[in-house]
Amino acid sequence: MANFEVLVEVQLRPGISDPQGATIERALPALGFAGISEIRAGKAFRLHVDAPDEGEARRVVNELCARLLANPVIEDATVSVVR
Amino acid sequence: MVVFPGTNCEHDVVEAIEGLGGEAELVWHAATSLGSLDAVVLPGGFAHGDYLRPGAIARFSPVMGAVSQFAQGGGPVVGICNGFQVLTEAHLLPGALQKNKGLIFLCQMTELEVVSDRSALTAGVEVGRRLRVPINHFEGNYTASAETLRALEAEGRVVLRYVGNPNGSVHDIAAVCNEGGNVVGLMPHPERATSELLGSPDGLVLLRALLGTAASSSLAPRAGASA
Repeated sequence: MANFEVLVEVQLRPGISDPQGATIERALPALGFAGISEIRAGKAFRLHVDAPDEGEARRVVNELCARLLANPVIEDATVSVVR
Repeated sequence: MVVFPGTNCEHDVVEAIEGLGGEAELVWHAATSLGSLDAVVLPGGFAHGDYLRPGAIARFSPVMGAVSQFAQGGGPVVGICNGFQVLTEAHLLPGALQKNKGLIFLCQMTELEVVSDRSALTAGVEVGRRLRVPINHFEGNYTASAETLRALEAEGRVVLRYVGNPNGSVHDIAAVCNEGGNVVGLMPHPERATSELLGSPDGLVLLRALLGTAASSSLAPRAGASA
């Protein structure tokens, strides 16, 4: 049994309006930034999973995403195994 | 009234229901059975601090199994504000509630239009009637896939619409119901519109309809639905 460190990024699905990202973007000119656009605010979760192999670790985390970490109506989740 | 850690509107709902002659009981979220109830209300508040997403953790509370069964049996279930969010996260209602369009917390009176009288919350209420009921939320912006929206509109499952959409909800939707009409979610707070002193008594129209539905537990058959 190994222990895997996993990073989950939850993002709003394309087409879902993101007032938070838009607000951040609107603040940029006042801060002196130019050429930055299409900011989308999301969430990141780091966790450790006990699993026999990476495939199983991913399977468990995908289920966690589907049931809790992301709302599939409005969010997508991307899973990366860090270690 | 189901009470989650962080729910804060349950007493207002109790008072409104009792004022109408109904009997109200508080059920803690850890309870695994509802006892013998005629209707269930999921009141407003910040269940689990709205952590992760509003309602995302509450949907896994032990009591939700019983609520789901009660709903499947045709029992009236009404989710108010945070309660609506819990119902969508629990998939007892379709769609999701997002951050308000202007990214502002809205605490204001709204005008609603009754779109369907075929729901546990609007049975016997005149379609087209306008009601003034306050909202109090940051994440009340209703959204759903194009397919879901089509189905909701075609099946008459949009229950209330905003007149003067305050939060960007798609199709101005303020309340929806399930196929059976017995599960209803709404963002406005009817329990806060129970007298002129509070600004409007129109919330009583909805709560009275709910009590009526609970008492009779019989809804008009939906067009196209089998008996």
